[in-house]
Amino acid sequence: MAVTVSIPTILRTHTGGEKAVEAKGGTVAEVIDDLESRHAGLKGRLITDGKLHRFVNIYVDDEDVRFAGGLEAPVKETSTVTILPAVAGGMR
Amino acid sequence: MLVIRRDLLDEIVAHAQRDHPDEACGVVAGPEGSDRPERFIPMLNAARSPTFYEFDSGDLLRLYRDMDSRDEVPVVIYHSHTATEAYPSRTDISYASEPEAHYVLVSTRDSAETNHTGHEFRSYRIVDGVVTEEEVEVVETYMFAHTGADDVPDLG
Repeated sequence: MAVTVSIPTILRTHTGGEKAVEAKGGTVAEVIDDLESRHAGLKGRLITDGKLHRFVNIYVDDEDVRFAGGLEAPVKETSTVTILPAVAGGMR
Repeated sequence: MLVIRRDLLDEIVAHAQRDHPDEACGVVAGPEGSDRPERFIPMLNAARSPTFYEFDSGDLLRLYRDMDSRDEVPVVIYHSHTATEAYPSRTDISYASEPEAHYVLVSTRDSAETNHTGHEFRSYRIVDGVVTEEEVEVVETYMFAHTGADDVPDLG
């Protein structure tokens, strides 16, 4: 069984325009690796040097993975993984 | 070009003025594909800072789920600059990741340069790190602005 991964507009170029795709994996890192095997280039938009990009938020169900184990956060078969670009900025 | 109703522009400016000297931020959502800002959604600046803004990550998830369930997209993403001009900073550009959104900036600085909107209110497209300023047209209603009716289906 696969988890559903919700893809933000800006990354849909990697998924042929699909808003949601399926992936396998027991952790966020495994899910991203599985996505990369079918949607090349996606991983590089999310992870730099083994760390989640600061401009991106990833959620497992309702939980921001930054507060739930990072890329090692567990993903259940019934989970939904949501990727959203952070909305931030400022005059600095 | 951004076509925006006067009442929505006023709400954005009022939010910016209310939160000054901190930066204010939010979204005006609209039907997917319409390019028509309709639903004003002020957001909390989780950074509570005069020089930075950030949607709280939990608020961001709830916002996008809510918009998804209504078939909406963030037509306008706005924030204020409280001491500098209403032009995207390098930080703004590096975070900008909605290529179809209008990035609106409002300046609440003392010497704000008021334009035809009555405020220092400017709009930009930010795509792949490239900033393009666009015209802002303020309308009383979208009925006559070639964007269809406000709240009813477009009857052509």
